Amino acid sequence: MAEGPNLSKPAGANTPGLSLHVPEPRFRPGDAVDFGHVDVDAPGRLGRPDETCDPSQLHDHAYGLVRVLGDDNRAHGPWDPKLDADTLRSMLGTMALTRAFDERMFRGQRQGKTSFYMKCTGEEATSISASMALAGDDMVFPSYRQQGILIARGYPLIEMINQIYSNKGDKLKGRQLPIMYSSREKCFFTISGNLATQTPQAVGWAMASAIKGDSRIAATWVGEGSTAEGDFHAACTFATVYNAPVILNVVNNQWAISSFSGFAGGERTTFAARALGYGLAGLRVDGNDALACYAAERWAANRARANAGPTLIEFFTYRAEGHSTSDDPSGYRSAQERSEWPLGDPVTRLKDHLIAIGEWDEDRQAEMDREAAERVRATTKEAEANGILGHGLHHPFRTMFEDVFEDLPWHLREQAEQAIKERQIKWPGSLDQ
Amino acid sequence: MIGEQTDDTTVVSERRLNMIEALNEALSVMMERDPDIVVMGEDVGYFGGVFRATAGLQDRFGKSRVFDTPISECGIIAAAVGMGAYGLRPVPEIQFADYIYPGLDQLISEAARLRYRSAGEFIAPITVRSPFGGGIFGGQTHSQSPEALFTHVAGLKTVIPATPYDAKGLLIAAIEDNDPVIFFEPKRIYNGPFNGYYDKPAQAWKNHPHSAVPEGYYRIPLGKARKVTEGDALTVLAYGTMVHVAEEVCRQKGIDAEILDLRTLVPLDIEAIEASVEKTGRCLVVHEATRTSGFGAELSALVTERCFYHLEAPVERVTGFDTPYPHSLEWAYFPGPIRIGQAIDKILSE
Repeated sequence: MAEGPNLSKPAGANTPGLSLHVPEPRFRPGDAVDFGHVDVDAPGRLGRPDETCDPSQLHDHAYGLVRVLGDDNRAHGPWDPKLDADTLRSMLGTMALTRAFDERMFRGQRQGKTSFYMKCTGEEATSISASMALAGDDMVFPSYRQQGILIARGYPLIEMINQIYSNKGDKLKGRQLPIMYSSREKCFFTISGNLATQTPQAVGWAMASAIKGDSRIAATWVGEGSTAEGDFHAACTFATVYNAPVILNVVNNQWAISSFSGFAGGERTTFAARALGYGLAGLRVDGNDALACYAAERWAANRARANAGPTLIEFFTYRAEGHSTSDDPSGYRSAQERSEWPLGDPVTRLKDHLIAIGEWDEDRQAEMDREAAERVRATTKEAEANGILGHGLHHPFRTMFEDVFEDLPWHLREQAEQAIKERQIKWPGSLDQ
Repeated sequence: MIGEQTDDTTVVSERRLNMIEALNEALSVMMERDPDIVVMGEDVGYFGGVFRATAGLQDRFGKSRVFDTPISECGIIAAAVGMGAYGLRPVPEIQFADYIYPGLDQLISEAARLRYRSAGEFIAPITVRSPFGGGIFGGQTHSQSPEALFTHVAGLKTVIPATPYDAKGLLIAAIEDNDPVIFFEPKRIYNGPFNGYYDKPAQAWKNHPHSAVPEGYYRIPLGKARKVTEGDALTVLAYGTMVHVAEEVCRQKGIDAEILDLRTLVPLDIEAIEASVEKTGRCLVVHEATRTSGFGAELSALVTERCFYHLEAPVERVTGFDTPYPHSLEWAYFPGPIRIGQAIDKILSE
């Protein structure tokens, strides 16, 4: 008879006790930063497979880094989208405008004009360049840091500011936290605030487009931290099961509030590599390289539109500012990280590229930045005429009860009457209901 | 006999159907009328669903309108939200109400809020069908009645049919509704009107007057209760399986009860409830779900707040116990004829 395990003493009794690994970022406040451990592919190293290729051919693309712009500020290799100078300038202009908008809105929150704001500084290319590679009527399901898409699609800045101020001009009637925009006209899905919920919804929209034999595709953006949500797994599963015409963009900006990407599994593998297990096409892209962002998104859009399947793109980037106006990153990460980030700044890199190819100069850049700031300033003034948060120029009380349902049921009618009664007690004689 | 107003006059004839057949017919009638309706869920496609509610639909309407899904309630609801945003009218099935919880964030934070948070730019015209309730020896994971989780959510409608006729008309109205509807199907009465006497032979729907189901299209408006019996002694508020149990108890005890089948919990037919309680002065609420914070608590509070000076006795609740749904002791858990009978005696003795 074979000898069974010795049950008289516990297995492993003479080995060290188990220990729990709790991820820890490399640098904390005050630490000197060295990003030498970050592998940065040479621009042009990775090939550009046919858009209809089998996902298994993309192993290197899921672990490497698709890059176009080199240190010489020139475009290199097969991923160069070969955009004309006007398109590049337009891209740069949108990025500069978005940055100016962020600066102004952040300050507005500090001045008490609204409750909350979120900048996308350092990540502009992941939304602006990427969305420029889509058709204008492709549906986007953004997370909360994709204001660049709305600006790239020409949504009026004043509508964004009205929403941020929750004022009487706010098309969302003051119901949503600032920056949770919605624009059906710009094919921009209403932003939730609950994380990753939009990811499987985008897959559902893409499935619907396929069911109807449409030609439009869907694209969605999610932070690397939120890929830990079950919704992300559901999205990847549904996308691969139904070969949905969808692009799942994961913006890996390294930080989810104070939790670094290690808390979403980033210590062990790349986020693009998630694609491999699902049988999705996976691309890992330099998210601060506007040309690479555009090229990857266009590749994935072509693939989806050709009915060749979904793509998961990881944009490897860096959240240069705090999570939001409610966050102070100096409490958990080294201030040096931003300046040491090995992939630079997306606006600077695109500007330097345009200068290197003789299509731009510093004077024009300064003039463009000045115009952007002025445009935002003027639009802000215009929006302030509709009110700022908490200063009374809000939507009428009854609108609180509208749009819960298509029709107003009796219980909401009664509650609306109560709200208006309370208003009349607080402000006797007020006509605004 | 049925006394139901319908919005359409294309009714052709009446046959006897069980609730599954009636639901199946509602789906096929609506899929025929509206090419934007899609049906999806675990096992609903080729196989036709574990309860057969979608049998034959894939054959008839094709795989891109009736299809199986991964085992992911989160994904099913989320995909339905996305499809609704596109312009489709999805009718997802959650195989058992007990499985719906992984989809709750998508229902509560997403489907229920789209219209509000986008000021009407995006809506979720979704009907989530799901068998619920016990009495089939399903144990704790195939027997629950989680309706109160959904009635608590602003922006969701909750509908529960109690007869084949209602099942078809209410499902059609739910599908046509432009808001998300949770459509709970009392699975104990899929095949017959269970009266609570589990130790007596099961009955079939064909002998019940409300199994006469017209062909074609008809709808029963959401938010309208059905008066099951007219009476003066007390008002019984019930829905789903418990309508039939309460009816049988009152019949056997010879109580002149006015039984209201609520049919829709949100929006609730408060007018019918008030009118009945003002007439009878006594009110019993019956549901199978657990007691604490159950929908009966809401009903009891509403009746007390709005009809207090008409009441001759405190409002009573008969419910399931606050335990998980047990397997072997299922009938000890179930709010059957004894529990209902005792409550009626108490109310009438006041």
